[in-house]
Amino acid sequence: MAARVQEAPFDFSAEVVAFQADVQNAGAVVTFTGVVRDDSGCLDHMFIEHYPAMTEAALQKFALQAMEKFGLEDALVIHRYGVLTPGEAIMMVATAARHRKDAFAGADYLMDYLKSRAPFWKKEVSKDHTEWVASKVQDEDALAAWSDAPKS
Amino acid sequence: MKLDILYFAWVRERVGKSQEAVDTNAKTAGDLVDELILRDAGYAAAFSDLSAICVAIDQELGDFTTLLKDCREVAFFPPMTGG
Repeated sequence: MAARVQEAPFDFSAEVVAFQADVQNAGAVVTFTGVVRDDSGCLDHMFIEHYPAMTEAALQKFALQAMEKFGLEDALVIHRYGVLTPGEAIMMVATAARHRKDAFAGADYLMDYLKSRAPFWKKEVSKDHTEWVASKVQDEDALAAWSDAPKS
Repeated sequence: MKLDILYFAWVRERVGKSQEAVDTNAKTAGDLVDELILRDAGYAAAFSDLSAICVAIDQELGDFTTLLKDCREVAFFPPMTGG
C-alpha cells in the first residue's frame, strides 16, 4: 500500500504499470483519475490547499480501510496540491483484487472517503472571480451509504 | 494550556492567518471558538456558522464537543473537498 501527497504531476501510466507489476495474485486492477475540469469555460486554474501534518496519514488510513474491507491485494493513492490547470490530473487511486467486483468497490469506497474526509480544499480561480469549491450533499450521502462510515 | 491553532481555506482567509499559538483554558473545541470570536470581526465571520466548520484535534477529525485535554494542535476548516 502506498499513499503519496505531492505538488508535482505524476505519470499515470508509469504508476499503473509499476502498481500492477508489484502486486501478487490479483486478477483485477481498477484505476480512477480525477482531472481539473472547467465547467464555466473561463477557469484559469485550481488551487488545492491541504493540511500537511494530517493528509498523508489520512490517505494511508483510508487505503488500509479499503484493503481490509474488500480484501484487496494492494491499493495506491496519489493526491496533488498547489496550482493545477484545466486538464491536469489532480489525483489517482489504483486497487488490486482477486476479482473485479472487489477492485471496483474498493476504488469507489476510497474515492468516497477522499472526497469528504481527506483534508484538501479546492479553490477555483478565474480571471475575475475566485471561489472555494463547496462540499456536496451527495458526497456525504455516498459516504454514509458505506456501513462503516462515521457520522458527519 | 498552550496549543497551536491552524486555519485552512476560507476559514484561514476570514481569520487572516494560517496559524497561531494561544494560551487557553478552553475545555473543548467549542469553548476555544467562544474565546476566539470575542477577538475581532474576522474570527466572528469565520465562525458565524459552525455547521459549516470542521475540527481536527491533533490531526484527528473531531467536533466542537471534543475535549482538548493534553492536545497540542487544533485545526478549523470548511468541509473537505478532496478527490
